[in-house]
Amino acid sequence: MSELLGHYNYWIVIVLMMTGFYIVIARPNLIKKVIGLFIFQTSVFIFFISIAKVEGGTAPIIEEGISVYSNPLPHVLILTAIVVGLATTALGLALVVRIREAYGTINEDDIHVQDEER
Amino acid sequence: MLSTHLPALQVVLPLASAPVCLLLRHPRHAWACALTISWLVLAIAVMLVQQVAATGTISYAIGAWATPWGIEYRIDMAGALMILVVATIGAVVLPFAGRSIQQEIRKKHSGLFYTCFLLCLAGLLGIVVTGDAFNLFVFLEISSLSSYVLISLGCTRRALTAAFQYLVMGTIGATFILIGVGLLYMLTGTLNMVDISQRLTEVADTRTIRVAFAFVTVGVSIKLALFPLHLWLPNAYTFAPSVVSAFFAATATKVGIYVLLRLFFTVFGIGFSFVAMHVGEIMMLLAAAAMMVASLVAIFQNNVKRMLAYSSVAQIGYIILGISLASRDGVAAGMIHLFNHALIKCALFLSLGCIFLRLGSVELQDMRGLAKRMPWTMAAFVAGGLSLIGLPLTSGFISKWYLVGAALTDGYWPLAVLILLSSLLALIYIWRVVETAYFQVPGAGMPLVKEAPASMLIPAWLLIGANFYIGVDASLVSGIAHQAAGILIEQGVR
Repeated sequence: MSELLGHYNYWIVIVLMMTGFYIVIARPNLIKKVIGLFIFQTSVFIFFISIAKVEGGTAPIIEEGISVYSNPLPHVLILTAIVVGLATTALGLALVVRIREAYGTINEDDIHVQDEER
Repeated sequence: MLSTHLPALQVVLPLASAPVCLLLRHPRHAWACALTISWLVLAIAVMLVQQVAATGTISYAIGAWATPWGIEYRIDMAGALMILVVATIGAVVLPFAGRSIQQEIRKKHSGLFYTCFLLCLAGLLGIVVTGDAFNLFVFLEISSLSSYVLISLGCTRRALTAAFQYLVMGTIGATFILIGVGLLYMLTGTLNMVDISQRLTEVADTRTIRVAFAFVTVGVSIKLALFPLHLWLPNAYTFAPSVVSAFFAATATKVGIYVLLRLFFTVFGIGFSFVAMHVGEIMMLLAAAAMMVASLVAIFQNNVKRMLAYSSVAQIGYIILGISLASRDGVAAGMIHLFNHALIKCALFLSLGCIFLRLGSVELQDMRGLAKRMPWTMAAFVAGGLSLIGLPLTSGFISKWYLVGAALTDGYWPLAVLILLSSLLALIYIWRVVETAYFQVPGAGMPLVKEAPASMLIPAWLLIGANFYIGVDASLVSGIAHQAAGILIEQGVR
């Protein structure tokens, strides 16, 4: 039981990751695909933040009487990864806008049908 | 003084000039800017190769931060070879881009095209030179994001869906790599690749490291379009602008293969990757499947660009096959084929670009009797095709010779048979084009096209020339590749 509860943040990561992944694969709506992709990426951000935690550690600011600090490096990495994730989402949405202008739909199945016709 | 900063300049130069292209906006000016930068990058690459050849592996600390803490740029012989490939292709493709882009992309987008091109170049070079696992992810995303944009600039609407499909698969791949890097960091507490490899020996026998290995391997395999994770590639190459297809076919997937080499040999080591995780057997199976299946599919394509895209998947199979042997000869053969195939496929896509400029189509049925109208373009295509098949005196023969040799040395004679069979399949799909262009009569009402302009023919023929030169005298390439493979194997055995 403590295995389950003690690592609850990792369980959240796994659930989020699989949710996002499922949306990307199963949903034909392109906007939903982008959302799924972003949830998928976000789960990895939480994972990185989780591994940064040092038991009993505080925020990494030098203070008298404190000797244990959490690891700040993963936070910095994730700041970069968030920017990358945002850029990906923005580009994905921009593409969806263009696809809608060109095809008149954002449903993957309809797009396939239109592609086959030509 | 400047020569010590070459590893950083290599990446910073294209990265910093990308916004300049954006500001210039005017197609001609942006093109001139990108062209100058790409030639400077090539000059730097040549100097770096000479440096590595003279003094051995270069280690460069970004911002002078000492290595395990700061980001390290590390260039050994394998990296030098890759830099040379990417920089050469960039420099050869851009003169071609002037005319081709003028026709295929709307004028107001041209400036943006060159911006994204330079960003992509910077990202690809960054992946090669960096010795830091997280930095690798960032460069991977720089090159990927710009490549999604470049693909979406293709002239039909299907370019948009192709770019979107690539975006989804590419992002999943990149995120897998990020998870793997996170797991590695969790157990080793470091991001520097050499540092990780040293600390890994103590913790290698844990499930965390095995999972990390699986994540990064699958992630990188998506990026390099290893069969059956290649689904994004055919559409992306078919619908992208001609220049982009030529550039990607020669660089993007190849850099992915380089990352795989780095991971298997430098980071995880042969003992873990090939003995404990049996990745050699898995890769060998997938590579053999890629060689056969993708070549077969290529035969049935009527769009020649799509045909070459499937052929690319097959050729990636050859390269991975060499690597999967995990022997010095095998890895060297893989790298020689990597180099040769980059030249061949780029030349083939460039000649298709010439055809597209005049015909506005690369469908097989529109190419009937084309050899009479565009003799130089078709001759370039045939020469590249012969090399793809692996006829003697072409570079394709050299790499297949080494590959078959490496497979036989390790006693895998069925692989040698598969290599020959797959070459026969290549003969069939190249012959279809030759037959259509040389021996069929053009249909009534087909446009009377002229030969492509010299600015587009010269880049293609430069690559074809290099291809024949290697076919006659391969000592330089094979020397570098064997040296690089030796270093990788040495790093891998611990």
